[in-house]
Amino acid sequence: MKNIKYIAIIALGLVACEPELDNSIEDAGFYSSGEADFSKFVSVGNSLTAGYADGALYLEGQKYSYPNILADRFSHAGGGNFTQPLVNDNFGGLTLGGTQITDNRFVLSGDPLAPSILTGTPTTEVSNILAGPFNNVSAPSAKSFHLLSNSYGDVSGVALGTANPYFARFASSSSATMLGDAVAQDPTFFSLWIGNNDILSFATSGGLGVDQNGNLDPATYGNDDITDPMVFGSAYTTILDGLTANGAKGVVMNLPSVTSIPYFTTIPYNAIPMDAATAAGTNGSYAAYNGGLGTAVGMALIDAAEMAQRTINFTAGQNALVIEDESLTDLSALGLPSIRQATAADFIVLPTLPVIGTLADPANPASVIGVGVALNDSQVLTENEATMIANAQAAYNATISALASANNNVILVDVKSYMEELSMGGLSYDGGTITSEFATGGGFSLDGVHPTARGYAFIANFIINEINTEFNATIPLTNPGYYPTVYID
Amino acid sequence: MKKLLSFVLFFLVGSTLYAGGYRVSIQGQKQLAMGHTGVAVISSAESVFFNPASISFLDGKMNFSLGVSGIIAETKYENKEFGNTNSTESGLATPFNFYATYKANDWLSFGLGVYTPYGSSVEWEKDWSGSHLVNDIDLKAIFVQPTIAVKISDKLSIGGGPIYVNGSVNFNKNLSRSLTDVNGNRTNVTVEQKGITAWGYTLGVMIKPIEKLNIGFNYRSKVIVKAENGDADFENVPGSLPNNLSDGNFDAELPLPAEVTMGLSYEFCDKFLFAFDYNFAQWSEYEALVVEFDNDAGVSTSPRNYKDAETFRFGLQYEATKKVTVRTGIYFDQSPVQDGYFAPETPRNDSVGYTAGLSFKVNDKLSIDASFLYLHFDEIDNSYDHYQESGQNVPFEGTYKSSVIAPGLGLSYKL
Repeated sequence: MKNIKYIAIIALGLVACEPELDNSIEDAGFYSSGEADFSKFVSVGNSLTAGYADGALYLEGQKYSYPNILADRFSHAGGGNFTQPLVNDNFGGLTLGGTQITDNRFVLSGDPLAPSILTGTPTTEVSNILAGPFNNVSAPSAKSFHLLSNSYGDVSGVALGTANPYFARFASSSSATMLGDAVAQDPTFFSLWIGNNDILSFATSGGLGVDQNGNLDPATYGNDDITDPMVFGSAYTTILDGLTANGAKGVVMNLPSVTSIPYFTTIPYNAIPMDAATAAGTNGSYAAYNGGLGTAVGMALIDAAEMAQRTINFTAGQNALVIEDESLTDLSALGLPSIRQATAADFIVLPTLPVIGTLADPANPASVIGVGVALNDSQVLTENEATMIANAQAAYNATISALASANNNVILVDVKSYMEELSMGGLSYDGGTITSEFATGGGFSLDGVHPTARGYAFIANFIINEINTEFNATIPLTNPGYYPTVYID
Repeated sequence: MKKLLSFVLFFLVGSTLYAGGYRVSIQGQKQLAMGHTGVAVISSAESVFFNPASISFLDGKMNFSLGVSGIIAETKYENKEFGNTNSTESGLATPFNFYATYKANDWLSFGLGVYTPYGSSVEWEKDWSGSHLVNDIDLKAIFVQPTIAVKISDKLSIGGGPIYVNGSVNFNKNLSRSLTDVNGNRTNVTVEQKGITAWGYTLGVMIKPIEKLNIGFNYRSKVIVKAENGDADFENVPGSLPNNLSDGNFDAELPLPAEVTMGLSYEFCDKFLFAFDYNFAQWSEYEALVVEFDNDAGVSTSPRNYKDAETFRFGLQYEATKKVTVRTGIYFDQSPVQDGYFAPETPRNDSVGYTAGLSFKVNDKLSIDASFLYLHFDEIDNSYDHYQESGQNVPFEGTYKSSVIAPGLGLSYKL
């Protein structure tokens, strides 16, 4: 019977006999961080860095923020712990003093599936200040100069609009700056992606704001304004100087074109189908306006080119939407509104989708929005407004590029080019291709502005490729095929 | 005896986790110790499995064998491109066997065997990178084989019998690499059915052409295990998903392939016995795992494209003393899995089995049999290339390494 006891002991001892791989990735040094040191990685930015998607910041989105994906990859090469100021739930709405102040996230629901706001009571209370520090120092809607503002994280300013609810949740004090909270962690490696909102807020508002080109005092800016490039440059320099002061290496991302995102590309400028009879009828109702334009030319108020631009004409087939354009000559003295038909150079914003073609006044069949009633300033980013944005974007990117190339510790990731690829033909992975098609393309979440988790995974890979090349590292990529796109309720 | 019993019980109640692949060659402690040879070995009631014809030649009116092994198996997976590492949960599987023979008269013998030649239990970490192929799988099959053998002459016997199979399956996988509910929980399906029955048969021939030399032949028929109206349980399905993925039923079938074994045994120097077996398993029968659901999940086809596989087994036995017999063996087991079809549900490549064991005669009737198996797998880079997303194949590739050990204990009793 003794033998049996020994056999039992041997058997149990052998439980520890595990298979071992030669040259395993778990062996130290399998992946190299090259010249970089990822032991303290800090990311700084706006919604794109926070993991914002589907119009909200929610737990699943934060899990797939590009810096969180990066940190997971860095962990193979000496990367340290990476913390984020996580929200409380997957609804994504914020409350302040118990009152909901931001919407829940969009999901697809219903039959047929359509984007709608997820119903549920959000539990992320802004005044519950989280104890930091957090490696991911990012706040949705932050602009470049906000990162230096010492009132941006003050909870008492959230209701007044002087502070950011996302940053206020985790600011180290009511007078902390985002840059200060990042630098205080003494990062060995950083990522910086800022400046998008300096043009994006203007764009998504349909150009309601003002192009502040020439105004060097950001304290006077409205939320929907375009930041002056000098103001941007100065803020960016301060931020980058702060992050690199201790010799940290890092990546900076340039700014993609805002008008190639689904928020602006989903609704075509010529969204109105008509038959010949309806077109003729509609033209009849614009006869007075068109005639008035001729009068204005006769009075030398406008030239023939502007008259041609403003003349409303519907034909059988697809027709351009009627839009307001504040850049047109003011003819209100003649009782003529500043309207014209859109062209391919104008962008109709996504929130207009449910109202186009509906009646502004249900009792008036002639009040079809986009036909009898012009789309207003907030519903259209006109060609003129898009040009202001493109000019500012080019100036910002020139600054980012120049500052990055002036510092050997900083590498530039050309996210702009990658996003162009996404909107031109798409980006391929082992299970297909993501495109910028709204809701179905897989690249953009249901807010039409922010990437999906899969989109963020691509961005993380672009950054890793650049780090591997420039810092001689061998960080493993992530496989976008494993990341979700849009969520179905 | 009490201690022994509690030890056996310990193995029987352990978690039921089998080695990679679903053929488990542990059908007798004595024969396992000899490289699982036995088609031409006449030694104990274990012959009911190895060659039903040879029970005609057993000593004694009645013979019994009882055995159980504890399989400890683990597989490691790595993907260097994406830095993923995973391993299967290590656990204990307990294939068991019971055999009895009864010599009715000089030419007619009866036997009964209960054994578990097929089984697979692989449990990966939930939602691991191959979870779209398998999270966990547990296949079990118990074979019950009544046997009859007829001794035609002192040099020739034939035998055989029907095989009743009682099996169960439990298989969980995620529906895709990325589908989740609104909270990010992965959408998955579990198919389960217990008490699946099927029938097969076995036939054997034993020839003793000259003294000390035996030649054996055994054919085991294929058995198709069919799950019909099993339970399909879908979890974390988004409520507004246009496809109907409500819980329902499924049909599927799994072939347990036909197997031919031939071999010889030779006694030499009084105390030595050498045995050789050649197995041929018709695994090419297993073309695809087809699961038919009764909802919009429809028919899920996972190509397997197995090839026929051979195994070469060598065993040696030495009667060291009147009380102790020692055994050892080696076998070379070809995997039926082809390149590009290496699925993590059966992460099995070619292997070499090293075996050893001994019997201790307590008295003229009772002996205790111990066995030990170490199954060596080389590290392998392979992939499963036939999972599809939007109509295109998405390979799941990486490096695998498995290891299996199986200590076993048994009792033989002769009347």
